[in-house]
Amino acid sequence: MHLRHILHALGRHRIAVGLLVLEIAFSCAVVCNALFLIGTRLERMQRPTGVDEMHVVEVGVRSVTPGTPEATMAQTRTDLARLRALPGVSDAVVASSTLFGDSVSFSGVSLSDDAKAPSLAVAQYFGGAQLARTLGLKLASGRWFNPDEFVSYDALQGGASGVPVIISRALAQHLFPGQDAAGRTIYAFGANRVVGVVDRLVQPRDYGAAGGYDYAMMFPVDLPYSRGTYLMRVDDPARRQAVIGQALQALKADGPLRLISPRYATTLEAARAKYYRNDRAMAWLLVGVSLLLLLVTALGIVGLSSFWVGQRRRQIGIRRAIGASRRDIRTYFQAENFLIATGGIVLGMALAYGINLVLMRHYELGHLPGYYLPIGSVVLWVLGQLAVLGPALRAAAVPPVVATRAA
Amino acid sequence: MFTYYFDLALRSLKRNKVLTALMVLAIAVGIGASMTTLTVMHVLSGDPLPGTSSRIFYAQVDNDPMPGDRHVEPPDMMDYQSAMDLWNAKRADRQALVVNPFPEKVSAPDVSRPPLMVQMLSTTSDFFPMFGVPLEYGSGWTPDDDRKRARVVVISSDLNDKLFDGGNSVGRTLVLNKHAVRIVGVLKPWRPSPPFYDVRGGRYANGDTASFYGKPEGLFLPISASLEMNDGDFQQFNCWSMPPKPGHLVNAPCNWMGLWVQLDSPAKVAAYRGFLAHYAREQKGLGRIQFTETRLRDLMQWLAFNRVVPRDVKLKMWLAFAFLAICLFNTVGLLLAKFLRRGGEIGVRRALGASRRAVFAQCLTEAGLIGFIGGFFGWLLALLGLWLVRHQQAPYSDLVHLDLSMFAVTFVLAIAVSLLAGAMPALRASQISPALQLKTL
Repeated sequence: MHLRHILHALGRHRIAVGLLVLEIAFSCAVVCNALFLIGTRLERMQRPTGVDEMHVVEVGVRSVTPGTPEATMAQTRTDLARLRALPGVSDAVVASSTLFGDSVSFSGVSLSDDAKAPSLAVAQYFGGAQLARTLGLKLASGRWFNPDEFVSYDALQGGASGVPVIISRALAQHLFPGQDAAGRTIYAFGANRVVGVVDRLVQPRDYGAAGGYDYAMMFPVDLPYSRGTYLMRVDDPARRQAVIGQALQALKADGPLRLISPRYATTLEAARAKYYRNDRAMAWLLVGVSLLLLLVTALGIVGLSSFWVGQRRRQIGIRRAIGASRRDIRTYFQAENFLIATGGIVLGMALAYGINLVLMRHYELGHLPGYYLPIGSVVLWVLGQLAVLGPALRAAAVPPVVATRAA
Repeated sequence: MFTYYFDLALRSLKRNKVLTALMVLAIAVGIGASMTTLTVMHVLSGDPLPGTSSRIFYAQVDNDPMPGDRHVEPPDMMDYQSAMDLWNAKRADRQALVVNPFPEKVSAPDVSRPPLMVQMLSTTSDFFPMFGVPLEYGSGWTPDDDRKRARVVVISSDLNDKLFDGGNSVGRTLVLNKHAVRIVGVLKPWRPSPPFYDVRGGRYANGDTASFYGKPEGLFLPISASLEMNDGDFQQFNCWSMPPKPGHLVNAPCNWMGLWVQLDSPAKVAAYRGFLAHYAREQKGLGRIQFTETRLRDLMQWLAFNRVVPRDVKLKMWLAFAFLAICLFNTVGLLLAKFLRRGGEIGVRRALGASRRAVFAQCLTEAGLIGFIGGFFGWLLALLGLWLVRHQQAPYSDLVHLDLSMFAVTFVLAIAVSLLAGAMPALRASQISPALQLKTL
């Protein structure tokens, strides 16, 4: 097989070859970046939260007629007792914000009480004594809150001093690099002593690549149901829906007029799926578009190769007549396609990096990792070989006698 | 001559049905995808106030006293004091404050309907004339109502349909968080895209800005009255220290009010800029604020600054155009194959006296015809695509329709793309020399 001959022959179809090279280059560049985008979306969708999501359900209750704070708090305690008594529920608690929920609250955290000290906005959770157990958080160092450390919501907002805090490990490492954060003091609601560090705790909403997703802290607050959501820990994930149903009934059975609806009740797993719905849709769209692009490229290769075969029937016949085997003819077309694809891939890689640079500017994406390029190359080489196989076999089937016929 | 070319083109398309179908399909899919995404972009990136948007401005003052590196831009909203000072100064042709309280329970006492939770906007009387808000019945409230804290309200046509079956409800009473308010105006169906006066904080959304395109509020009421009725139910944009009572934001160290002004001439814009800068310096002199950055962006600049078009929508559009480009390459290749395969026929026509130009025109006619057919199917695909978009749960879903201009763009784009694809193959075909081809026949 003489590559020189193939190159020479290709040189006589510069326009068609150029078109194919461009088409392959362009789809190589787009597909590489699409794969990369799919990868980043999948990575985002699978970010761990540090919470044992399979075992947690939430039920929100909207208060319709505001009662006195004392009455609301008493109702909350009754509710919690009822929820904890449900079969298959091991813990229940009120938390200020839930993962993948609508509300996020941040506070500025700094390392000194000087108002001029630089501060960092950190997502915060307020919740009752069972919060850490309900969520299945893991302690990295220090301790959990003590029962006597819980304060009321109004006391915390009113600036009760010395409320302890538990922070996420990422936040601890950011604030106190290389040291144990337990026992240190941060300034959020006045001076707060860090009593514990949890392995992982994240912001309720994942805002993307902005960073700080895993900076979070929790405060020991006895919240009334009107300021938060009921979270429950379910022993058996298979019974989560059943537990939600029972919880709604239990909450409806007693208490003042309240809005209790399955609309505000969900498993954390379902909340995650809903939260990342757009990312999933986008990933599927990218998969679909990439497949279609490859299909269109393959059709283009089939179309042009068939045309070439048709055009060269006599030439093939002559070659067959002077001794070339069917195999020679087939490998000729395959080698030709390989060369064209290689040209396209080389150009495509440059283009892929160009597109990546634009995406980086507008989408806060990282650099296209190097391994996307060999993946893209292999995909297009294989695609090219598959697409050219039909026309190449048809070329190989041209009988030598064609050489004598047409002239 | 054209009818003859058209006839030739039709014959030629019929001769090789598979190749024709492939080309039409490629263009149809490419056009369908591009037009779907382009229409969504067109709807989302349009001017919500065509004609007046260049005279509408959003004012910003940096009143956050906290030190740090965040003072390159003033905050997106203002505190009560600054907003009221600037609004009371009346230095613009028109001015409107906007504040969003939390949604409230609303009922109509003389209508047997369960209460509804309704999103509301607290604003000032200029809101309606300044933003050209169309009214079905009644009118907006007067500056006098602003001053007197009148318990009046303007309701959306949606809410009017729900509560009063769309009848003229001016003069009727609503109960809003235990307070009675009188309806003075009912809006016509009004769906600005986006409800621009509520746009803020876009730079923190990380491109996830679909929520900016929600429906306008159901209730519009004077800020002066709202401050009394909704006290404790206001939401801050940001605070630099804890408000003494959460939700009570008058005189709290929090930003929560927006100020829109209308300035009818460039001289007035310059004067207002000067006024804002002067106000900031004066307040710094008084020690109330520490930083003197101010901004006055016009409506479209404000939307651009907030990057309102969701980045996924943009990404989809670029994908669709990449797809169209590949389809274009492909069509070029297929047309080239097709025209050159007909070398013999073209040679005969040339030998019989057809000029190069005639051959070129005939080939282009064929390409254009493919484009037109592809455009037709592309239009159907775009309708299907938009139908799918409307059935997604995005806040902007109900906005997305193919208007007449986008319908025209579909065919123009399809034919332009196919002519572009056909130009080079047609040129090659027209260069076929008659003699060489005749010899091989």
